[in-house]
Amino acid sequence: MSDLMKRFTGWDAAILAVLVLFVIVAGLVVPDFATGRNASFMVLDLAPVLLIALPMTLIIVTGEIDLSVASTLGLSSAVMGALWDGGMSIEVIIPICLVLGAVLGAVNGLFITGFGLPSLAVTIGTLALYRGLAFVVLGDRAVAQFPGSYTEWVIGSSAGIPNLVWPLLVLLLVFGTVLHATPLGRSLFTMGAGVDAARFSGIRVARTKFWLYVVCGAVAALAGVLWTLRYSSARADNGTGLELAVVAAVLLGGVSIFGGRGTLWGVLGGVMLLAAVQNALRLADVSNEALQVVTGLLLIVSVLAPNAVGAIRSAVARRRRRPPPPAPAAPPEPLPVSSDPSPSPAVRSS
Amino acid sequence: MDQVPLLAVASVAKSFGAVAAVRDVSFPLHAGEIHALVGENGAGKSTIVKMLAGVHRPDTGRILLDGRPLELASPADAISEGIAVIYQEPTLFPDLSVAENIVMGRQPRRSLGRVDHRAASRLAADLFVRLGVAIDPGRPARGLSIADQQIVEIAKALSREARVIVMDEPTAALSGVEVERLFAVARSLRDGGAALLFISHRFEEITALCDRVTIMRDGRHVSTDPLDAIGVDEIVRRMVGRPLDTLFPKREVPVGDVVLEVEGLSRAGVFRDVSFQVRAGEIVALAGLVGAGRSEVVQAVFGVDPRDGGTVRVGGTVLRAGSPRAAMAAGIALVPEDRRQQGLVLEASIERNATSTRWRSLARFGLLVGGAERRSAAEWTARLQTKYARLDDPVARLSGGNQQKVVLAKWLSTAPRVLIVDEPTRGIDVGTKAEVHRLLSDLATDGVAIVMVSSELPEVLGMADRVLVMREGHLVAEIARSDANEESVMRAATGQVAA
Repeated sequence: MSDLMKRFTGWDAAILAVLVLFVIVAGLVVPDFATGRNASFMVLDLAPVLLIALPMTLIIVTGEIDLSVASTLGLSSAVMGALWDGGMSIEVIIPICLVLGAVLGAVNGLFITGFGLPSLAVTIGTLALYRGLAFVVLGDRAVAQFPGSYTEWVIGSSAGIPNLVWPLLVLLLVFGTVLHATPLGRSLFTMGAGVDAARFSGIRVARTKFWLYVVCGAVAALAGVLWTLRYSSARADNGTGLELAVVAAVLLGGVSIFGGRGTLWGVLGGVMLLAAVQNALRLADVSNEALQVVTGLLLIVSVLAPNAVGAIRSAVARRRRRPPPPAPAAPPEPLPVSSDPSPSPAVRSS
Repeated sequence: MDQVPLLAVASVAKSFGAVAAVRDVSFPLHAGEIHALVGENGAGKSTIVKMLAGVHRPDTGRILLDGRPLELASPADAISEGIAVIYQEPTLFPDLSVAENIVMGRQPRRSLGRVDHRAASRLAADLFVRLGVAIDPGRPARGLSIADQQIVEIAKALSREARVIVMDEPTAALSGVEVERLFAVARSLRDGGAALLFISHRFEEITALCDRVTIMRDGRHVSTDPLDAIGVDEIVRRMVGRPLDTLFPKREVPVGDVVLEVEGLSRAGVFRDVSFQVRAGEIVALAGLVGAGRSEVVQAVFGVDPRDGGTVRVGGTVLRAGSPRAAMAAGIALVPEDRRQQGLVLEASIERNATSTRWRSLARFGLLVGGAERRSAAEWTARLQTKYARLDDPVARLSGGNQQKVVLAKWLSTAPRVLIVDEPTRGIDVGTKAEVHRLLSDLATDGVAIVMVSSELPEVLGMADRVLVMREGHLVAEIARSDANEESVMRAATGQVAA
């Protein structure tokens, strides 16, 4: 497993170090931070973010994105409330919500892979669409009184460990194994780093991406179910804005927004760091607005920092190997001139 | 010619890494002449053009205008010195009008810095009258034919008083009538005192239009002569003439059964009705000029490009269209033309690249653990004598030749029955070229059916059992090894009728 060790070096290790450092400092400075009760709360807070971050990581690794996840969560919650209100049993409602999420994901996937539209544009569209549908389904009502056994299990714990930890851990292991130790995972990185090379290697780019969106929709719907049970309240506006936290956590975890690079272990660190920072600030009575500011700043830092680190590293590497190797950027001679964009009108217009 | 030439290329040389694209080339370009520049693909013509356009700077040597040395640091410099380059596919702003494209960057102004659209239109209209063409200056550039776009580019060059006009394969995408009109424009420019450098693969165009011809081969200047002093046969001979040496260790191999059968393959606007067969142990070359549709055909065979009609059979079984995975399962491997985009993920490691075609077969119980990838990558890179520091290094760090070996390792590790190689030795050094050729020969000996797309005639002639020649999307000739020579292939590729 030396391979695994290697993956922990670099950005992942840095994030984990920052996380540990932050937890120690916050434990000393912020009262009530380092308590078992607070730790359970933190798990409950980070559960939906971590859950959605798992498929989101896979999607971002392929160079795409899904911004509709929070709206899928909201629509799932609204449908859950409407059906529960209509007298359906919870054992039927939950599978229906998961299938609904898969369908919503499939719609995203179809637009992106079938029609070749940019995922950013498509999922901004469905972000609005799915949230709108949630309000169509439930209006601004709130449905409560879900079965106690379910809600208690979601917020409960046994032997001091929150119940939610176990399913989260299982899903983390499943997604981590898929991403880092299967042919599918390898092909996700390949299509993220070079979509042409992936196609020329026989990787089914469109099909794979489509199914990623399906899975992402189903997982977001599952997050909606958990959210509803946790607060025992189904509302159309549940989870509004959560997609930002998810994307911030994934990028903070060292996944490249351009695709092709990242680890799920880094993302776990990113999610926990984000949750710890927000939790500590909240305990320190910092306002919700300030929390938003911090999330935004972390998002920017998470995009800047890996690039800065990478730039520094390659600058150092360049200095080390002088003279540079035969420049790989130089095109071999027989390229047709027409493919050379250099003398474009944009250049000429000076 | 004693007078100072308008433009002189004086002993220029240019290398890209280890590849010398142009070495010590000199020729003059006089006012009032149309000068042809010819050579095989890879002879260095494009590099000369890019030096004149200010895109590349010569490593050594100079470019002189009126006897004065030029420092062309950018395309803008070339334009301000009066050197204009018309490309095969012009790059106009599609949403601006024709007139706006022509005056781009130096718009006539009215008061308060407003653009004087009327003056711009008038200017454009005057230029079109001078060129004897009818294009509406007010219409948007979007939707203009390639030929009209080229005329607009020429008008733009004229508006900047260009005296040297370089046309880089301008006729490749033009119809017969459009070519005639372009020639009329070129002649009027010449008669107006401009110097034209005309690059084309079509000899009938060169003989119809040009006054003198400069021939290049392997990055060197071969000759510059008046066109009426030298025939087409002699031009072809000088372009390709060189001995085939040990670079091409082709062995005679007993030929087996038909492995690959392509029948009536078509794709609208790209290629039509292409049929051929390849037998086990055979090396079949697909020759032709750049743009003849060769890469598109092999990519359609592999399934990575679409096709409109036709069938591909491997070992008698019809292959599903549009599925590289089905092609791979049937035993086809494609080493693509563009190594850096299609062949490799440059930022990924050597190991990842070398194994990317066989993760599914390397996995145990669906998992890639226990170093199977590492062993496979180490084995195949070693077989191909790839030089690298560590398998974890990004493949971008390797030289072109070693990168190509990684691509070959990636595909040979799938044990293909049909190996398609597209420009297998482009941009790699001579030593590695010979290694790749030996490898292809060995594979043929082992019974692999090989299709080799190549623009390098010596490679085609040295390696192939049969040569298929494509021109403008059609398979126009099949030439047996015994009949294949520079001239027969070149004639078929350029559409010259045999003399």
